[in-house]
Amino acid sequence: MLELTNVHKTFHPGTVNAKHALCGVNLHLQPGDFVTIIGGNGAGKSTTLNAVAGVFPIDSGSIRIDGVDVARLPEHKRAKYLGRVFQDPMTGTAATMEIQENLAIAARRGNMRTLRWGISSEEKKKYRELLSILELGLEDRMSAKVGLLSGGQRQALTLLMATLKQPKILLLDEHTAALDPKTAAKVLEISDMLIAENKLTAMMVTHNMRDAIAHGNRLIMMNAGRVIFDVSGEEKKKLTVDDLIEKFSQASGQEFASDRALLS
Amino acid sequence: MMAFFNVLPKTVAQGILWGIMAIGVYITFRILDYADMTVDGSICTGMAVCALMSNAGQPIWLAILCATLSGMAAGLLTGLFHTFFGIPSILSGILTQMILWSVNLKLAGSFLFVKQDYPFMSASEIGTTLIFLAVFVVLLVCILYWFFGTELGSSIRATGTNPNMSRAQGINIDFMKILGLVISNGIVALSGSLFALYNGSYGVDYGRGAIVTGLAAVIIADALFSWIAKSNFAVKLISIVFGGIIYYLVYQAVLMVVFDANLLKMLSALIVAIFLAFPYLRKKYFNRYFRKLASMMKKNKKEGKNNA
Repeated sequence: MLELTNVHKTFHPGTVNAKHALCGVNLHLQPGDFVTIIGGNGAGKSTTLNAVAGVFPIDSGSIRIDGVDVARLPEHKRAKYLGRVFQDPMTGTAATMEIQENLAIAARRGNMRTLRWGISSEEKKKYRELLSILELGLEDRMSAKVGLLSGGQRQALTLLMATLKQPKILLLDEHTAALDPKTAAKVLEISDMLIAENKLTAMMVTHNMRDAIAHGNRLIMMNAGRVIFDVSGEEKKKLTVDDLIEKFSQASGQEFASDRALLS
Repeated sequence: MMAFFNVLPKTVAQGILWGIMAIGVYITFRILDYADMTVDGSICTGMAVCALMSNAGQPIWLAILCATLSGMAAGLLTGLFHTFFGIPSILSGILTQMILWSVNLKLAGSFLFVKQDYPFMSASEIGTTLIFLAVFVVLLVCILYWFFGTELGSSIRATGTNPNMSRAQGINIDFMKILGLVISNGIVALSGSLFALYNGSYGVDYGRGAIVTGLAAVIIADALFSWIAKSNFAVKLISIVFGGIIYYLVYQAVLMVVFDANLLKMLSALIVAIFLAFPYLRKKYFNRYFRKLASMMKKNKKEGKNNA
């Protein structure tokens, strides 16, 4: 479904700030894979997701989605294949627009925007049903501006928007990091539900090792721009946080330095 | 004082014209979140094209249409400067504005009379003119209300609110910015063509500071009418036209007190400054004053209880 082959990216090349963020990333996702990605700060987790999404052009290597080479496509053209949820709840939705307008825009991802009316009455009915599944009471506030919603509600809405039109790959970039623990758990639950229901292929970056173990069927660990550990199936189910810390020291030859990852 | 009321209908007509222009400014400034300086140039281009075509004996609807198209072309240029050549937004507008200055001079010189008088746009037949303008504004608002409700219009709104989200939802934000600029400057040039007919002349200087007037109308509308215009886009657009009228009324009133043509630009800048500062100062001092009052009242209540 997704093939990353030897992807390289250097930010600010030729300056003192040059950072080789991706150093030959290889990753192959099967349809239906739900991969969680962990690693220390600056390991290249989010950068990998952004490379897939086309936020910046990669220096070399190839990115294929369902057999299509997308490495040269601009961000808005790749959007056809991708559903995305971001770390900052403000990023995924348009604050000055209504909940239903946001959904209507998401429903047209990958389509030409025409002079047809922006939202139909059948759509509204459908959105009302979908929103009620979230159990956040949003179905009764469909014409409220998204700016009035809490971070958790906005993140849940973004998830719904990302999956409204079936994406080839769902990219979740630390999408619970800015939420309080209770809300984060709820949003994760919604993520699991939507992924299972739509049989999506998904990648989830997280700083929380427990979440990384508990969710998905496959786990990869990144360090210094490379995939250093890749485990799936039964083996992944048996993993513990201690295993992961040990794996990290083994594979990278250094102590796991991120306090955030240890404490969570 | 009497003089002010005698010219009141004419002042209102001018105000509506500025209000139409302000709708154009609103589309870039608020919807698209783009400070577009093209306006000062495109309003004059609209005037020049309309004046030239009218004098050449072309039908007036064609003159107004061509003026609108010329403004759209100006918006397209600004949009291309910004998206295709990566020039910062404000600078793109200023560059087009400078280009238009020369274009306007080449087209129509620095001043031109509109020879023919049109009864629907004339200071001498102010009743007809006001009715025409009212109908015109309603039509324009209807068209814009429809357009910004379509998929395309929604995409422009999303682009202005959150470009990251828009890209992630597959919207080509460069295209949407260009489209917004084209529509905005089309409306500005349209208002320019009506100005030329109403004033009976075109002047290359007329557009100087137009962007400031447009912003003033938008901000006056925000300050005075946000309580009714909050949820409905059509009401919002109408309130901007009223913002334009109020701006021009204040401007006329000040002008009558201080009659010195050399001070014109300074006065209009000061009026705008006052209206811009108004919401900020109200928030800063007015609310503080009320909070103080509220806490004092609370305290008094407590003391009253204690005494009892």
